[in-house]
Amino acid sequence: MADCLLKVEDLSVSVEDKEILKGINLEVKSGETHVIMGPNGAGKSTLGLAIMGNPKYAVTKGKISLEGEDITEEPANERAKKGLFLSFQAPIEVPGITLSEFLRNALQQRSEKRVKFWDFKKEVEENMNLLNMDEKYLQRDLNVGFSGGEKKKAEVLQLLTLKPKLAILDETDSGLDVDAVKTVSKGISEYMKKHGGSLIIITHNTSILESLSVDKTHVLVKGKIEADGDGTLVKEILESGFSRFDEN
Amino acid sequence: MKENNEKNQELSREKTQVSDIDRNIYDIKDEEKDVYRIEEGLTKQIVEKLSKEKNDPDWMREFRLKSLDIYNELEVPEWGPSIEGLNMDEIVTYVRPNTKMSAKWSEVPDDIKNTFDRLGIPEAERQSLAGVGAQYDSELVYHNVKKEVEEQGVIYTDMESALTGPYADMVKEHFMKLVPPTDHKFAALHGAVWSGGSFVYVPPGVSVEIPLQSYFRLNAPGAGQFEHTLIIVDEGADLHFIEGCSAPKYNVANLHAGCVELFVGKNAKLRYSTIENWSKNMYNLNTKRAKVEEGGRIEWVSGSFGSHVSYLYPMSVLSGKGARAEFTGVTFAGNDQNLDTGTKVIHNAEDTSSYVNTRSISKDGGTSTFRSAVVITEKAKNSKSAVSCESLMVDNISRSDTIPAMDIRTRYADVGHEAKIGKISDDAVFYLMSRGLSEDEAKALIVSGFADNVSKELPVEYAVEMNNLIRLEMKGSIG
Repeated sequence: MADCLLKVEDLSVSVEDKEILKGINLEVKSGETHVIMGPNGAGKSTLGLAIMGNPKYAVTKGKISLEGEDITEEPANERAKKGLFLSFQAPIEVPGITLSEFLRNALQQRSEKRVKFWDFKKEVEENMNLLNMDEKYLQRDLNVGFSGGEKKKAEVLQLLTLKPKLAILDETDSGLDVDAVKTVSKGISEYMKKHGGSLIIITHNTSILESLSVDKTHVLVKGKIEADGDGTLVKEILESGFSRFDEN
Repeated sequence: MKENNEKNQELSREKTQVSDIDRNIYDIKDEEKDVYRIEEGLTKQIVEKLSKEKNDPDWMREFRLKSLDIYNELEVPEWGPSIEGLNMDEIVTYVRPNTKMSAKWSEVPDDIKNTFDRLGIPEAERQSLAGVGAQYDSELVYHNVKKEVEEQGVIYTDMESALTGPYADMVKEHFMKLVPPTDHKFAALHGAVWSGGSFVYVPPGVSVEIPLQSYFRLNAPGAGQFEHTLIIVDEGADLHFIEGCSAPKYNVANLHAGCVELFVGKNAKLRYSTIENWSKNMYNLNTKRAKVEEGGRIEWVSGSFGSHVSYLYPMSVLSGKGARAEFTGVTFAGNDQNLDTGTKVIHNAEDTSSYVNTRSISKDGGTSTFRSAVVITEKAKNSKSAVSCESLMVDNISRSDTIPAMDIRTRYADVGHEAKIGKISDDAVFYLMSRGLSEDEAKALIVSGFADNVSKELPVEYAVEMNNLIRLEMKGSIG
């Protein structure tokens, strides 16, 4: 149990009284990379949002634990402080707060101590460099007017700055051109290598997985995990689609 | 156009439990030590006594009495928020602290000093703000203008001294000419009982590098405050004036009916910034007006916090060709507050332009109303006006209204109005929370961000104070 980072047991989740997830089980060990695939509307994003603790997604059954601690009832900010991170499929624009202010604020909230400005600046600039992100973005309002690609890069920048124990990446590669996917993958590999992170990747794509070694693949169909496998399952799905998992 | 959250907003989360805000930091009150206080209620005898006590010149005594007559004739306005809780017979109009004018900080009495210390005035002084004219109750107690400003020929003094000083004629020529006592009942009241305030004169071509600052406070139960601010910026001159207000809390209904008159000369520029933070029992019925000559420019920056009821619509009269007005405002209405704020612009010459950008925030059942009027007269050909107002409701029990009026008398004008109204986004709150911010912090950050039109325009220490105020107001909204 000691090395089990995230444990999702028999989790059912409803949105506005509609059941989306039906008894999900998932175990992620420290350092592992999991991939969740599935057709549109299967509940993949819901799973990410429910694990992160979005109050719109009501847990009707089951339990979520992080490092053995039940976090099912914890608000999102407590989950974040315990080491969870969600890279949003559609990052929210927040006017009036610069990316720089926000990052520093978030970092201070997590560590509950003052972050030295110059240390912060240096690290963020290194990370931005890695992500081919113009430093000017630091002074821009959070995600406001960012292109789709810059929004996703900003999510990975947050990942690298906040260094969570487990990151859920919800289609972080979608809507990106080939070069941007490479850049984002580089950022994610950096997180895995340098910070010993763990990943749950929700994706339709394999290119983001090329530089990562996938430990487990789960196929989510109609709110249920219909198949588990190792990294090879990804390839199989790409070749033959989801239909064989959707017989019942 | 009228919108409110019941109509426009879907009920999303029912987590809106509300508790009172701890305002201890601002609600500081000292024991009353008034040497002298006029009997409650307002009569001719009181006004005469006040005038005599203040050594008014004859014209001012007559002006006060005439204003009193007008006051007695005019009705209380009925188009805005209710001011039924206000009983003029209970308002003690004039309270004077037991100190004479003081030029040295060390001579200011300790209890007064304590209050100022907690409001951070000496600190602001240290941060090299130009002059401090701090009003304690109805009298200026501390007044200090930095040497360099005086050397530039700039006059910054209290209104009483200005009445009899070397600029007496200039004061007489301008006093309540922009806001005549006939304007409305509370302008008439102001004309009758005004006391304290600042007078500033900037000579032609002088650019005052550092902002001049004044601090008004109300102390003493039942005391009204009627300070008068008169600023004249002569041709080609440039000034930034900052007015900061905060008042301690009392149970008796309190009234503030100040008056601000700004004269902006040809090609001159004046920025008038205000952060008002009244205690939650205050009736703030303030009148502010600016007249701008050819090529001149007025910039209002206004943050309205606190008070039980506010009526506040700074007005710009663009009377010279190419004159320009900008108004940037934020209003925050919390529990048991009805803040009716906005602005009025009169375009009365060619090529004039106005730009209005306001944000209103309402929370805990508060009501925030944006009311604006843009008038473009026949004379104002090729004028432009753009009005943008945005409202944010932090919960489902608060209310926000937008009442823009436009009166355009020429075909050759370019006029635009934009209104947005919305509730704080649950998705944005969750997004920030997912990065470790608590719900309160997330909401405070979103609201501060929403108010950044004003905070960006303020000097940094005022912007920090305003963000602290927002943080304080947002506290206690945990669901």
